[in-house]
Amino acid sequence: MDSSVSSAASVSSGAAPSAGLRRVRTRHAGLAALAVVLLTLPLVAANDYVYDVAILVALNAIVCVGLNLLVGYAGQISLGHAGFFGLGAYGSALLAARWGWPHLLALATATAGVALLAFAVGRPILRLKGHYLAMATLGLGIIVAIVLATEDGLTGGPDGMAVPTFTIAGFAIRGEHAWYAVSAACLLAAVWLSSNLVASPTGRAWRALHSSEVAAELAGIDSAREKLSAFVVSAVFAAFAGGLSAFHAGFITPANASFLHSIELVTMVVFGGMASIFGAVVGAATLTVLPQLLTPLKEYEMVVFGGVLMVTMVFFPRGVVPTLRALWQRWQK
Amino acid sequence: MSATLRVEGLSRHFGGVHAIADLSFEIRSGTVHSIIGPNGAGKTTLINLLTGVYAPSAGRVTLDGVELGGQPPHRFAAAGIGRTFQNLQVFFNMTALENVMTGRHHLERASLLAALLHTPRLARIERESRERSLDWLRFLDLAAYADSAADSLSYGALKRLEIARALAGEPRLLLLDEPAAGLNPTEAMEIDTLIKRVAATGTTVVLVEHNMRLVMGVSDHILVLDHGRKLVEGTAEQVRHDPRVIEAYLGAAGAPGAEPAEACDA
Repeated sequence: MDSSVSSAASVSSGAAPSAGLRRVRTRHAGLAALAVVLLTLPLVAANDYVYDVAILVALNAIVCVGLNLLVGYAGQISLGHAGFFGLGAYGSALLAARWGWPHLLALATATAGVALLAFAVGRPILRLKGHYLAMATLGLGIIVAIVLATEDGLTGGPDGMAVPTFTIAGFAIRGEHAWYAVSAACLLAAVWLSSNLVASPTGRAWRALHSSEVAAELAGIDSAREKLSAFVVSAVFAAFAGGLSAFHAGFITPANASFLHSIELVTMVVFGGMASIFGAVVGAATLTVLPQLLTPLKEYEMVVFGGVLMVTMVFFPRGVVPTLRALWQRWQK
Repeated sequence: MSATLRVEGLSRHFGGVHAIADLSFEIRSGTVHSIIGPNGAGKTTLINLLTGVYAPSAGRVTLDGVELGGQPPHRFAAAGIGRTFQNLQVFFNMTALENVMTGRHHLERASLLAALLHTPRLARIERESRERSLDWLRFLDLAAYADSAADSLSYGALKRLEIARALAGEPRLLLLDEPAAGLNPTEAMEIDTLIKRVAATGTTVVLVEHNMRLVMGVSDHILVLDHGRKLVEGTAEQVRHDPRVIEAYLGAAGAPGAEPAEACDA
């Protein structure tokens, strides 16, 4: 390396700490904002129904934050993530209800099992690209939903199965307030973990793959391996949220793993904004709350819901959060 | 630091088309080695074979005696081969700095778990990557754009950004695929200086380029391809005056006008 480079190195080492600190702050500014929102809700929540919706939002948001790592960052589609959600739910429920495992261990084991499955299935199907990958993941989700619905000796079939009250070391998580605390804490953890991931060599590798696979490979990125790790991480987020949701609801059906649920999850990610962690949270929140707000419209509910989706995507083509952020940056200039 | 790349009996065909046929040559360490030839001579196919984008149909590609042919491109990167692309392959979803940091991927030893938890060790790796990458941005006169989105940079800056990204991977051998294409004469001259500066660091440079003025000015050695085969190999002076090169560029009919090398040189 010549002298201009080495002299530049000495300059940068002096400026680095403040720049580093600034990056840590921006990385966690969103996290702090989310924490404030989550802490404020109990002050304004009028009743248990609001808590119930908020728990649903948090659990969906965990899945979407994970799915966004795969879809938004690594640029790989999955139309089968409800399958992982469902397997996390049924795995936890079966281990806890039928075999009497400690609940936390059941949740962890089910999540680890889904990770293994995603690893095994992901290796062959992630060779596929675009529409073909969409088809393969779609098939995966449908198989899971069918197995859950037909293995009625084990899963209770289409009628579903009951799940015991979530108990950790003899302490039962009961009631909407406790569940809100648990799911909000888990959402914060999910956002923290994925913010870390995005700002790491792994996160850059995923975004690089999304942009140019050949350039990524020539930067030394093993594209097959990195796609697989994004797939497994996103499946783990889905399975964990699935397990929590099973314990929260106290009852699960194969609808958890349905194709429709997979589509809902992808829609949330795209609506909120791809490659934006807070986009995923906003997408999950909006599309979970909106149907609740629209219920008074009765038979027109789905029409208005679809209309809102269409209008939003026309005016926020990159998703709500990235489009708003771009507008904000332009306005600042 | 640098390395010797050896190609032996290399062939690649697409269906019945022999894009590269029984090609052998050697790129000695520490030199600037240019690959030229008329359109369709197989230059891009060759560079893709030398970086693992294509697997050879036959033959060997070895770097310091280690066989690389047939392996995926990331193995070529890990072995010390870096490249830029004729058609820009910048990561447009990142900032300029992140692009360059990504070029260091194979040097960053970070597990998924460390990345999830942002361990102190990972923070250290990140800091080192950021500092080294800023140095490369400065080296290519791009420091002012470090935090700019890559898609806001000019074409000339993007060309240099690709070079910065490739250099950040600390390659022993750097392949530049038409670095001057689409640049104005001033920018093309900057590439000339840049190649000399890179070569001075001890990195072997392989240049695929149409700009003869650039090629003749920087090359220690030139390989001329025609129809996927080696036509001529030698120094700039030897190649410039070889009648076979003139014929390949202008056609057997010998169209009027000066030979391409001198025409561009004027």
